[in-house]
Amino acid sequence: MDLLTNILGAIATIILAFVVGMSYGGIVRKITARVHNRLGPPWYQNFIDAYKLFGKTTAIHHGWMQIMGPAFLMVSSVVTLMFVPVLNNGGWFTNLNFKGDLIFLLYLMVFGPLGMALGAGQTGNPNSAIGVTRGLSQMVGFEIPWVMALVALMIQFNTTTITGLMDVQQMSGTWLMFSSPFAFIAAVLAMLGMFRYSPFDIVGAPTELASGPVSENGGKFLFTMMSSGSIFSFVKLTLYVDLFMGGADNLIILLIKTFSIYMIPVLYGIVSPRYRTEQAIRFFWGWPLFFGILAILYAAIF
Amino acid sequence: MINDKNSQKIVDIIQNWARKHSIWVLAYGTGCGAIEIPPTMTSRYDAERLGVRGAATPRQADVLLVTGYLTTKTLKRVIRVYEQMQDPKFVIGFGSCTINGGMYYDSYNTIKLLDKYLPVDVYINGCMPRPEAVLAGFGKLQEIIAEGRANGAQKYKDNLEWYKANQKKIIPSLLTTDYNW
Ligand code: SF4
Repeated sequence: MDLLTNILGAIATIILAFVVGMSYGGIVRKITARVHNRLGPPWYQNFIDAYKLFGKTTAIHHGWMQIMGPAFLMVSSVVTLMFVPVLNNGGWFTNLNFKGDLIFLLYLMVFGPLGMALGAGQTGNPNSAIGVTRGLSQMVGFEIPWVMALVALMIQFNTTTITGLMDVQQMSGTWLMFSSPFAFIAAVLAMLGMFRYSPFDIVGAPTELASGPVSENGGKFLFTMMSSGSIFSFVKLTLYVDLFMGGADNLIILLIKTFSIYMIPVLYGIVSPRYRTEQAIRFFWGWPLFFGILAILYAAIF
Repeated sequence: MINDKNSQKIVDIIQNWARKHSIWVLAYGTGCGAIEIPPTMTSRYDAERLGVRGAATPRQADVLLVTGYLTTKTLKRVIRVYEQMQDPKFVIGFGSCTINGGMYYDSYNTIKLLDKYLPVDVYINGCMPRPEAVLAGFGKLQEIIAEGRANGAQKYKDNLEWYKANQKKIIPSLLTTDYNW
């Protein structure tokens, strides 16, 4: 019985993440269009796109790793989703947390992109190879402030679980955003790179790189990537809300909080041009790194 | 019940609706007409509100937009691009040059009628067509997709020999690979 409820809860969580992630994607397209003074597509455009991609035939075969790439992405998104508590009290959403899951999460979150990198490598398209090298370099850039922010939290509150950090916030009544502000700043700056909106869209630059790692993938491959991307962005947003904004008691609050934090990379992205690779890395190793070090010092000293 | 003709019809209607509202365009900028694509996509005419969006590579695209005259050299590339696209795929011939050669009707190195080499679903005429005309062309394409009449790709498969023979006449060195659709 317990297993059954867990499985049903997992399915519900995945469906929620998919729907919310896809709708956010559509809303972002709408917002971007409004900023450009356009009408823009309807908010459900991403669902139509996904359905159409799913309905396309796929006669591309470059080898097994290419097929495994999108699968890796999907698996990594879904497994990460299982370790991030959606609501404060759990509700009927499955959460497989254990001691030290925050550290596990750090590894898990790069698993998908690495699998995708292998898959993109096998397609043999030079654009994919350039996209992969760019993506990995950028990852080296933003992972460092991101890890530093999390390590600062772990030192400050003596816990390595997400639920532990959520309990801290509930007990003290203040969000970690305020009780460890430097970690929050470092994490938000790292988030700009994590979401890959401009100016950090150097991986999938459509005209420059012909969309980079995904350039040889059409139809159902693209559908898998699109849906796993949507799920993953929901996961990341929920993780930020859990860690820094006190989690959410119900779905409405969750949506409000995730959406408001999502607007940081989106709005920053709409008005920015694209960085070159070395500029992006220099950005992350500048102020975000500084705030990361500050956060660790703050955590160690106070 | 799944394989029953009527339920297949319903699935087709839903899929055609989705295809119609999500058109990813690969603009193959061959001729001068390509300059009309940016205004069509940006603020003034905003094709994205119809679900028309640029695709980066042939693998992801639904529509091949051949914008203008095709020299014998570019025809070879366009054919390769078209054959890399995934079904269902459509072709839009853009500008007079793809219909009858336009102002290059007597040129020695451009093709005159695109339909002889690739199956064109919709033509947009004009030299060059304004963004309004381009949007009208997309509207027409949406119409025929919804009715299920946009079967250029099927025509290409059925008459492959004829198309290949025509292509070979222009490009003697065309290597025909085996395609497993
Ligand atoms: S139809 Fe006119 S505008 Fe278009 S490619 Fe030909 S000559 Fe240029």
